[in-house]
Amino acid sequence: MFTYITRRVTGTIPVIILISLLVFMLVQSAPGDPADLLLSDEATEQDVAEARARWGLDQPVWVQYWKFFTAAIQGDLGTSFRYADPVLSMILDRLPATIELSAFSILIAVVFGVPLGVWAGARPNSWADNFGSLFGFFGISMPNFWFGIMLILLLSGVLNLLPSSGRDTYGIASDPITGFYLLDSILHRNWKALWDGLAHIIMPAIALGTNMMGILMRVTRSSVLEVMHEDYITTARAKGVNERNVLWRHAVRNAMIPIITVVGLELGTLLSGSIIVETVFSWPGSGQLLISAITARDYPLITGTVLTYTMIFVVINLVIDVLYAVIDPRIRFDK
Amino acid sequence: MRQESIDLMGVLLSVRDLQTSFFTSDGEIRAVDGVTFDIDEGATVGLVGESGCGKSVTALSIMRLLSRGTGRVVGGEILYRGENLAEYSEAGMRRIRGNEISMIFQEPMTSLNPVFTIGEQIGEAVRLHQGVSAREARNRAVEMLRLVKIAEPEKRIKDYPHQLSGGMRQRVMIAIALSCNPRLLMADEPTTALDVTIQAQILDLIGELQERLGMAVLLITHDLGVVAQQADDVAVMYAGRIVERAKPEIIFSRPMHPYTVGLMNSVPGATGKRRRLEAIPGIVPSPLDWPSGCRFRTRCTRADDACAHSPPELVEVEPGHWVSCLKVSAADAPVLAVEA
Repeated sequence: MFTYITRRVTGTIPVIILISLLVFMLVQSAPGDPADLLLSDEATEQDVAEARARWGLDQPVWVQYWKFFTAAIQGDLGTSFRYADPVLSMILDRLPATIELSAFSILIAVVFGVPLGVWAGARPNSWADNFGSLFGFFGISMPNFWFGIMLILLLSGVLNLLPSSGRDTYGIASDPITGFYLLDSILHRNWKALWDGLAHIIMPAIALGTNMMGILMRVTRSSVLEVMHEDYITTARAKGVNERNVLWRHAVRNAMIPIITVVGLELGTLLSGSIIVETVFSWPGSGQLLISAITARDYPLITGTVLTYTMIFVVINLVIDVLYAVIDPRIRFDK
Repeated sequence: MRQESIDLMGVLLSVRDLQTSFFTSDGEIRAVDGVTFDIDEGATVGLVGESGCGKSVTALSIMRLLSRGTGRVVGGEILYRGENLAEYSEAGMRRIRGNEISMIFQEPMTSLNPVFTIGEQIGEAVRLHQGVSAREARNRAVEMLRLVKIAEPEKRIKDYPHQLSGGMRQRVMIAIALSCNPRLLMADEPTTALDVTIQAQILDLIGELQERLGMAVLLITHDLGVVAQQADDVAVMYAGRIVERAKPEIIFSRPMHPYTVGLMNSVPGATGKRRRLEAIPGIVPSPLDWPSGCRFRTRCTRADDACAHSPPELVEVEPGHWVSCLKVSAADAPVLAVEA
């Protein structure tokens, strides 16, 4: 198990280096000069040239990359052009909000998608299956930004039930411990703040998680349906195992393998979706930071944020690989 | 009448005129259509026939494990120790499965759950039926593995199915099936998927354990050689019906139904002489559309118009030898018997 993880971790290093190079080059080749965009209209040509020199934009790209790379491996992702703050600390400030939102969305997707899929897969063509499939298609076909706007319109605009934007009501949040508001409120036993946090997160999380929920439901359904026809299911029944245990113990654990693959693949979609959803809901996460960095051509901030997303993605894939091994003994023991 | 009740005393399982159908979009598939046989306590009955003749469906009907929604017992009854299994509740039936009646299957490679250790899989049945602790179940699993002659059982119970060979897995399946001391073991083609050298080992193991544990065995196979060795009684099935039934020594020395005769001639060495193997002409008819009358008539060299009219009854042509064919009568038997 340990060698398995070590091998996977080592494998990710070249991936990260390659991505950093790619992102750096892509950002540089995007049209628009940050010096032009960020300096005021009254700036002289000399001001612009000075700014370019200060940010190192007058040097060849590969020199810039080398500087960036050597600093990055020491944990310095550079300084934002626009805010003049260190990129790393800016991202770290915003990251908990994004992770909290994504985790909550996944939670919603798994808690509703998987049982619904198992339910439908165990009784193909029943009304439960038809309802589940309809629900699944709804989730898959709904663009998250549109769904988000519709939720705001209905729940905030018309019904006035939930706050339409932000992460908390000003002044209500507890002192940060972890940076995750929901977790912090629980740690502080501040139930009012917890309730407030839930009210804020529920809409963006539904908007972000519905797509994944639909896909999970469909995949779980087909996976369970397939597994229920396996010989070992007949063996379990022939042993006298009741139908509930046949399904939840013998079938679901085997059906989990494709489900986990899909969760892993969909996390990428979810992560990129969070960038849009954060913007729709003014969620103060790193996605919103990325959008504003792109608008301003804030090169170090763009590179830093995208790299952070890459790292998250790599870590998630690692976790998924380990989860495979936990669930499927055949992977665990194969050298 | 008195004779009948005495006969029933030793009978463990009695299948009476069993009819099982599958209902598909193409229509009703009458997979088993009027099958009758008894299994005595501790006896071995061989159910022989080609794939698709209904022998596995017969076993699944007894276990009430037909695929829900499509397969259903539509007629006849199955008496287990004199009680009709159809009248059992689902929970009552679960107490029978794996406890009183166990089953092993053709494919040891896919019949074990890949995500549980074999110890867990053997222990599960024990815990379920005997309500013992996890520790006792573990000990029982070790004991069962030793019984089916797997070396180092204490280590092996921690193995997963993919770490074992096909023969080993079938031993594990047997261990699971026998873990609660069932009165009846139904073995559905237990050796078909195994190497020839392993086949004999598994059959010997089943035979040996049967003697030790005193259980009855329903041996389902297409392999005449297997039943010749093991069975006390042989029933030959064709197209959902039993066409001939007798003790193996009778059936092998003087098969009477044209299908049984064809089956014997298609197996090398069954008659002891080197000769050209004969195939039965034609193919098994579609179960959606069985021929009228005798179902074998479309492939039978002796068939005539009379065979198409009504299905032949299973008739006792000599003591203990039942044949279902219009062309075979009791008059044939003594002649053949003298010849043999």
